Amino acid sequence: MHASTTQDGAAGRLVTIDAVMQQVAEHKGCGTQGGSGKASCGSAAGQGDLPTEIWEKVKNHPCYSEEAHHHYARMHVAVAPACNIQCNYCNRKYDCANESRPGVVSERLTPEQAARKVLAVASTIPQMTVLGIAGPGDPLANPAKTFKTFELISQTAPDIKLCLSTNGLALPDHVDTIARYNVDHVTITINMVDPEVGAKIYPWVYWNHKRYTGVEAARLLTERQLRGLEMLTERGILCKVNSVMIPGVNDRHLVEVNRAVKSRGAFLHNIMPLISAPEHGTVFGLTGQRGPTAQELKALQDDCEGEMNMMRHCRQCRADAVGLLGEDRSAEFTTEKIMEMEVDYDLEGRQAYQARVEEERVAKVAAKQEELATLAGAQSDITLLVAVATKGSGLINEHFGHAKEFQVYELSTAGAKFVGHRRVDLYCQGGFGDEDSLQTVIRAINDCHAVFVAKIGGCPKADLLGAGIEPVDQYAHEFIEKSAIAWFKGYLGKVAAGELVHTPRGDAAIRQGALIVAA
Amino acid sequence: MAYKIIASQCTSCSACEAECPNVAISEKGGTFVINPKKCTECIGYFDVPQCVAVCPVDNTCVIDTGYPRYQAAG
Ligand code: SF4
Ligand code: SF4
Ligand code: SF4
Repeated sequence: MHASTTQDGAAGRLVTIDAVMQQVAEHKGCGTQGGSGKASCGSAAGQGDLPTEIWEKVKNHPCYSEEAHHHYARMHVAVAPACNIQCNYCNRKYDCANESRPGVVSERLTPEQAARKVLAVASTIPQMTVLGIAGPGDPLANPAKTFKTFELISQTAPDIKLCLSTNGLALPDHVDTIARYNVDHVTITINMVDPEVGAKIYPWVYWNHKRYTGVEAARLLTERQLRGLEMLTERGILCKVNSVMIPGVNDRHLVEVNRAVKSRGAFLHNIMPLISAPEHGTVFGLTGQRGPTAQELKALQDDCEGEMNMMRHCRQCRADAVGLLGEDRSAEFTTEKIMEMEVDYDLEGRQAYQARVEEERVAKVAAKQEELATLAGAQSDITLLVAVATKGSGLINEHFGHAKEFQVYELSTAGAKFVGHRRVDLYCQGGFGDEDSLQTVIRAINDCHAVFVAKIGGCPKADLLGAGIEPVDQYAHEFIEKSAIAWFKGYLGKVAAGELVHTPRGDAAIRQGALIVAA
Repeated sequence: MAYKIIASQCTSCSACEAECPNVAISEKGGTFVINPKKCTECIGYFDVPQCVAVCPVDNTCVIDTGYPRYQAAG
């Protein structure tokens, strides 16, 4: 049923894909990536200078559009447990660390259960616009289950976008099927383009009924990954590349990976920190291979950004996560519960809801532009980071003590740019009853000059000030970027007046663990 | 002989199930098991036993010495 639409779309896109990718690669703007530094962007609520056709594809995709991830939700279903390669950062008792993290188990579903779950969720959460199939395992090592799930969903919920994540080994064999099912977003995890580096990450791959090891395995993998990437972009299917940053193994090499995937038309490159602890039972966990610090990660992302769009808002969510990025409502949708749920798929209701969200987004971007205009002419070399407690919608609307994560923005006279997020959820489950949890939050945002919150208690306020982080609550329930720019203007004013001396801050820790629902 | 799966090590990833040329592998009580009557040790199909090659946990798909060595027909 989808063959014809896909074909039309693909043909239309083919003509322009080179030009489009060129523009995409040059685009450093507001809408899809990293907030915005450019005063020129955004009259169209974030589209900026992105071609309309790409904007249409990404604007409601929370994983691809930094701006959309405040407003729209995605879900993943785990239907594909088998895998065809072995990664040193994975212990396959748990989820695939490609897309999520070691140490977490997702509920395995049959394609029928998965389709039902998607309908149940989409009927309850109208912002749900994206369904992904990722780990545990590789969706393309389980092609029958993966494509059956897509088929069932496209029959009942044609407005939901489909995406999948793969290690790429089997990708060239399935590109045509992917196009046939109208899958428009594919994520490939590419950690190296040099087999010598790859041999340190992948002990073996299983291909063509044989197990390959060492450099030979890595060569096979990189060849098939890059060929798969080329085949997808030739057909106009958007491709994102994920890389796991492993200090001392592939950290510097990822700049080369960035170049290789950019030249083959990848639309976004997402560099994720290695998450590794001995209790995960992964090879890297057991050998004591450490993950990067926040500063190391940001430095690498900055190096690569000169090359192409970087995705900094990826939270390495678990494979069966449900909700806005940074939120997980999967406990509401267990197999038992969805089987009992009355499901009424209301396409019109969903569309009306999404239209309202669009209005909100336009308002948000307008507010930011206005504030940015007042900064015009200000001259300063100061660049600093601030943390924001938010529940979504692009607002400062979370209580400091309830925040499971903080979004981090980089402020300069060019504006406010989203550069990442810091998860702190494991530590705040009991509120701020104990000292340790507050210390952990401070460590996680230690590189920030201020933290914007809707509300904050007296005690943590004093401790934050003691640590040199200014708690800011006067912008409660206002737009993040507008408020951050306004605060930054004040900061620059104080520095200029000599009331304040600007001092750079230290590094911060990346939390090792999974994004989970607070118990 | 046939192959068997050491249940305590199996992650139930199902990778072996799809690769077995004899459809000898199926899920039973949460882990995967090999039907020794169907397993040919992949003789006649592949050079290496597929379940062994694909299984992520080493030494989980192993020879079951309780069965005589499989003889390819003819
Ligand atoms: S691709 Fe994913 S499931 Fe497979 S070994 Fe690597 S991390 Fe694990
Ligand atoms: S050895 Fe071959 S035939 Fe026997 S169970 Fe394994 S895959 Fe199947
Ligand atoms: S491949 Fe190994 S771990 Fe996976 S189901 Fe088969 S025996 Fe179990």
